[in-house]
Amino acid sequence: MSDAPSLRSARPSFNAGALGRGLVIPGLIVIAWTVVTHGGLVSSNLLVPIERIIALPFTDEAGVQLWPALLASIVRLIFGFAIGASAGIALGGLMGASRLADRALGPSFNALRQITLFAWIPLLTAWFGNGDMPKIIYVAMSAFFPAALNSYIGLRGISAQYFEVASVLRLSRLTRIRKLLLPGALPSIFVGLQIALITAWLGTVSSEYAMGNGRGLGGFLLEGRGQFRMDVVVLGVVVLALVGYLINVGCAKVFRRLLAWQGDNK
Amino acid sequence: MSAVEAFAPRATLNIRDVSKSYVVDEKPLPVLRNIALDVQPGEFVSIVGASGCGKSTLLRLVVGLDADYEGEILLNGRRIEGPGRERGIVFQEHRLFPWLTVEDNIALGLDGSDEPQHVLDKRVRDNIALVGLAGFEKAYPHQLSGGMAQRAAIARSLVTQPAILLLDEPLGALDSITRAYLQKELLRIWQQERVTVIMVTHDVDEAVFLSDRVVVMEPRPGRIRSIVPVGLTHPRQRASVEFARVKGEILRDLSGE
Repeated sequence: MSDAPSLRSARPSFNAGALGRGLVIPGLIVIAWTVVTHGGLVSSNLLVPIERIIALPFTDEAGVQLWPALLASIVRLIFGFAIGASAGIALGGLMGASRLADRALGPSFNALRQITLFAWIPLLTAWFGNGDMPKIIYVAMSAFFPAALNSYIGLRGISAQYFEVASVLRLSRLTRIRKLLLPGALPSIFVGLQIALITAWLGTVSSEYAMGNGRGLGGFLLEGRGQFRMDVVVLGVVVLALVGYLINVGCAKVFRRLLAWQGDNK
Repeated sequence: MSAVEAFAPRATLNIRDVSKSYVVDEKPLPVLRNIALDVQPGEFVSIVGASGCGKSTLLRLVVGLDADYEGEILLNGRRIEGPGRERGIVFQEHRLFPWLTVEDNIALGLDGSDEPQHVLDKRVRDNIALVGLAGFEKAYPHQLSGGMAQRAAIARSLVTQPAILLLDEPLGALDSITRAYLQKELLRIWQQERVTVIMVTHDVDEAVFLSDRVVVMEPRPGRIRSIVPVGLTHPRQRASVEFARVKGEILRDLSGE
């Protein structure tokens, strides 16, 4: 056969070059940081040497609190994300699959989407107090909108050509959902989940910060600021960023594996 | 290579006085006018014509994707209503679902069938073999070349054992070498399956090489200008005088002289 396909499957699982390039800027920051703090350019209370930050969660009395705070935040993230993302996929999926639902719910959805999430905090605390409940609702809301929007876009983006194939082949409703709608929307749903996870993580920390009360990374930051411990604050910020970064990398890896059918050119 | 066992059921297609218009800027734009065509069981009919002559639209009416027309389209005496598995279609783009493997794409046509799984599996296997894709069952569409993807699309349309196969410029997007090769393959599959075929193409050479009759259409609005019987035995020699004569006749009709 003249037109034999080449079955591409091997993909370098670890790209050392890209990782090396990605480390250049963080590396420069660390060097600059070290030069500034050890060169006597600033007093050490406002900018702490990097090695003290690294040692902090293991040695310092206030720093050790990072671990239970981190755990509490991650638990909130998981609950809030699970609730918000599933509700988002359900609503986005409904609006994407049904013109009627789109017309009925679309305008309200798009209006609500315009409200800065932060504006909900006073309402949430008024209705639900300042315990875990309003925080988890806030996290769920942060995950809800990107998950809903991208599920909707994913379904709407499926080519009409495939729907013609489905009707020519007389596919049943169930098969249409399983073999066309779901896999067709999946790449976009995954993008939505990745964004939702990040916004939910930011939502977790900001809700803890804004609603005070209770353990969490946001509370950890709040306490550090209250005690004028800049080292604690910097540690909190670094961990916040690190978790976000890991979420991004982890999502990309998992989703790429699940979307193997896209091949390399996507 | 094992042939697909049961021959396709026989199909007579009658297109009776079919007209269709689209509405553009609130004015009706006629795309087909008074189309009449009878296709006999096992016949290979090609439709050629300039772009805009409505040949693909006609095929969409026959496959049942568009029910908004005047006139009648009868399959074995019964009016066509919506798509049906007794009519298969191959589009110019392969339209395989990119997230399904070759065999899963082909098996789509058997969805909801009452027959036992092993029978269905065999039908998928046989059709993969029929189009020469054995060994590529587990490949995804992005791993296939254009020609191979189009073979898979042909297998998907044949797996339901349609009485009539509609081809909408199926080789139009392929390079000339692959195209010539797949023309021979189409001929082989048609002879092996005895299925009735209607193929839309803008390649006169391809139409003469494959068809029993060639329908020449003219545009604005789409009408049948002439129906040219080819009357040559297979395999046809493109370099032969008879081939050139039929081709010349069709080209004359196309240019409207």
